[in-house]
Amino acid sequence: MPSKSPPLLEMKDITKTFPGVKALNQVNLQVQEGEIHALVGENGAGKSTLMKVLSGVYPSGTYDGEIHYDGSLAEFSSIADSEEKGVIIIHQELALVPLLSIAENLFLGNEIAARGIVNWRETMRRSEDLLKKVGLSEAPTTIVEKLGVGKQQLVEIAKALSKKVRLLILDEPTAALSEADSQALLDLMLELKTQGVTQIIISHKLNEVRRVADTVTVIRDGATVSTMTSHIEDISEDRIVRDMVGRDMAHRYPERARKSGETLMSVSSWNVWHPEHADRQVIRDVNFNVRRGEVVGVAGLMGSGRTELAMSLFGRSYGQNISGEVEIGGQRVDVSSVPRAIAAGLAYVTEDRKTLGLVLDESIQMNITLSNLEAVSANAILNSKEEAKVANTYRSALNIRTPSVRQRVVNLSGGNQQKVVLSKWLFAEPDILILDEPTRGIDVGAKYEIYGIINDLSAQDKGVVMISSEMPELLGMCDRIYVMNEGAFVGELTAEEASQERIMSLIVTH
Amino acid sequence: MAQAQAQETSTPSKMGAYLVANFREYGLLLALIAVMLFFHIVTDGTLLRPVNITNLLLQNSYIIIMALGMLIVIVSGHIDLSVGSVMGFIGALAAYLIVSLDMSMWVAVPICILFGGLIGAAQGYWVAYWGIPSFIVTLAGMLVFRGLSLWLLDGQSLGPFPREFQVIANGFVADPFPAGIGERLAALFDVSRLNVLALGTGIVAAVLILWMGMRRRAQDLAYGVEVEPTIFFIARNAIIVTAVVFICYKLSTFRGLPNVLLTMGVLTLIYAFLTESTILGRRVYALGGNEKAATLSGVKTKRLTFLAFTNMGALAAVAGLVFAARLNSATPKAGFALELDVIAAVFIGGASMSGGVGKIVGAVVGAFLMGVLNNGMSIMGIGIDYQQMIKGLVLLAAVIFDVYNKSKQ
Repeated sequence: MPSKSPPLLEMKDITKTFPGVKALNQVNLQVQEGEIHALVGENGAGKSTLMKVLSGVYPSGTYDGEIHYDGSLAEFSSIADSEEKGVIIIHQELALVPLLSIAENLFLGNEIAARGIVNWRETMRRSEDLLKKVGLSEAPTTIVEKLGVGKQQLVEIAKALSKKVRLLILDEPTAALSEADSQALLDLMLELKTQGVTQIIISHKLNEVRRVADTVTVIRDGATVSTMTSHIEDISEDRIVRDMVGRDMAHRYPERARKSGETLMSVSSWNVWHPEHADRQVIRDVNFNVRRGEVVGVAGLMGSGRTELAMSLFGRSYGQNISGEVEIGGQRVDVSSVPRAIAAGLAYVTEDRKTLGLVLDESIQMNITLSNLEAVSANAILNSKEEAKVANTYRSALNIRTPSVRQRVVNLSGGNQQKVVLSKWLFAEPDILILDEPTRGIDVGAKYEIYGIINDLSAQDKGVVMISSEMPELLGMCDRIYVMNEGAFVGELTAEEASQERIMSLIVTH
Repeated sequence: MAQAQAQETSTPSKMGAYLVANFREYGLLLALIAVMLFFHIVTDGTLLRPVNITNLLLQNSYIIIMALGMLIVIVSGHIDLSVGSVMGFIGALAAYLIVSLDMSMWVAVPICILFGGLIGAAQGYWVAYWGIPSFIVTLAGMLVFRGLSLWLLDGQSLGPFPREFQVIANGFVADPFPAGIGERLAALFDVSRLNVLALGTGIVAAVLILWMGMRRRAQDLAYGVEVEPTIFFIARNAIIVTAVVFICYKLSTFRGLPNVLLTMGVLTLIYAFLTESTILGRRVYALGGNEKAATLSGVKTKRLTFLAFTNMGALAAVAGLVFAARLNSATPKAGFALELDVIAAVFIGGASMSGGVGKIVGAVVGAFLMGVLNNGMSIMGIGIDYQQMIKGLVLLAAVIFDVYNKSKQ
């Protein structure tokens, strides 16, 4: 390997402190010209902070250490500064204006204009070129909002290309993408590599990392743990996981005594129509049941209707013209509003904890008790002692890492936030928990803890419905898996029967 | 050695960090005191004369009463632009019922408050159940009720009210203690007269404030919650307690406790308790903090929004009655543009435009701050033109300060 040439980027002994926290402690990162470099680590390990230091979000002088870029000492004072040198970062949350066209977005802030007047013909021509490069066939006049998330991601990359990118940083680019869109994105990354664009990818998905990365750097607790190069050694997922969590993870899924008792909940002939388009049926005649102590999985692609099913069951929080019956413990129950669904023994842990699950600016304590305030009050008056006691109980039971339960939730890492949401629903004492993507966007260590909590629920004879896009997770955790496609259940597999291939073939043959 | 050093440096920096994190609350209190002292000095002591303090309370009572309801509306993530008009309309209604129809005030007052609640409910209905932006609904309400009061009053002022009605705003609580005690105390303090009830209330309130503060602190300490540094705790309470006793003492040397202060004080306590210690209050904060998450947690968010507006209407009615009683007549211009003062008070008091943040005490202090500014500038003879500009800049500064403070954390 011609690794004798100096690296394109070298970050030396980067230390960044926030009041009370050392977010980065002498981190080193070397990125060679023309490679794809993966940055992995648990949430809160410091990956994003490191990239913010690199891209000038935290300007030069607010951190210790040196950044050498393209052979000289780089002291970026702002994002504009780093972008000018060709360092472009694409954040997890896309930064496109949804109501503007692709072309307008591509050249936003960088318009092709003379004396303030936009040259639309040139803009369209250049937009078409850029879209071709990223493999998009849409017209440049298409409104961005009308594109799926996957295509929006590609527009972001096209935008980066328009700025003469040399070092492209992608922060969890596939987190919100379907399998097919993810593959397309990874292919594009490899294509860009052949064109000489150096890339850094932050990802939790280790199979993707293995597929595209030439080098992997693992960060843990704000420090570099290891760097692996694919030319020299085989980069194994186990090794990455071990370095990320700092311990051996022989079992990714904790053991559980499998059991299934009597039927706890059964749903029959469940039909739901789209909330805005009354003629579009979203859920078609779904029947399923959950037994006591059972973990039931719902597999399916994005957009197959899993979340819509769960939310329509939970107090008709989605859709209209809902019909069907729900029985819990042999009794027909009314789940027509959220309070009634909770009273019937249901709980729904949303896939979108920030917008649907938590009051981010409020305390951990307040979030945990929100669904069952009656239990910490007398005559509608809150008992703050009792409330703190409850919150502290869940804090230690679920291992929520925080100095105090009065801490605002927004300050917690993804995994700890998810534990707060789970605590809230455990405190509501449901019989059945519907968990929608319970481990999305959280790190390996916290995932393992959440699996443990699910197993505890099963041990307490509760029923768990687990919706997940990660098939290995469903296969590792569930007693039974329903396969969903286009709003209908297209198959049911026991743990023994189930495999990724069988699930996929059920989806594609229907 | 190194450890000892670390400890030495950590205490002041910890206090500094606490101050930064909670600067808003201290800032508001300090601003109020600074403004009061400033005007006290430049008006040669007029500001803190007993008669002026009494006036200050009467002048701002209706703003404070409405600020209580407005805080809840704003915390729930909405706004109510109609309160000035509703207040004026209820004043007109009261005049119509009491003066024109000669109805007993004991019947008319409950009718007026009920009517205010109905007005609030009518607006809340569109906001809560139809999802119409509160800005629009209450802007419409502002025009409608302004028009309605003009119509009801036929464009004229209507009055005067009977004596018993005027007492709502202009009366004072009678001193139940024997006159001898007051006389002896008056001699002791070298003043012409002294209202024992007023002074006693001040002292009892001060003791209660201290006791509750200390109890809460002890609880927080027991739970290992970070408490404010002892020095701040002592300083803050010393200031508050001194201010309460001082004001009550001043009042006691004039005519005692105004009825309005009692109404205001009781309402403030009720709403502070409601927002901070009840399930209902907690749910309002959750609703304003994240409506979708609150709904999915089983909070009946629509009903809560509806109730917030209903309550606002009822409080605007109470304010309307106080205002009419104080002026001793209902005028078509009553309450004109007052909604802006109320909203400004709530934002100066630390509430957030996006909802979920704000405290009753903050809103009350914010209203007082505006009131002292108004009063002080009037005494100084500053024109209404400058007064408006200064108030506008104070509001802007308070919110800029909030946003800056938040961005630093």
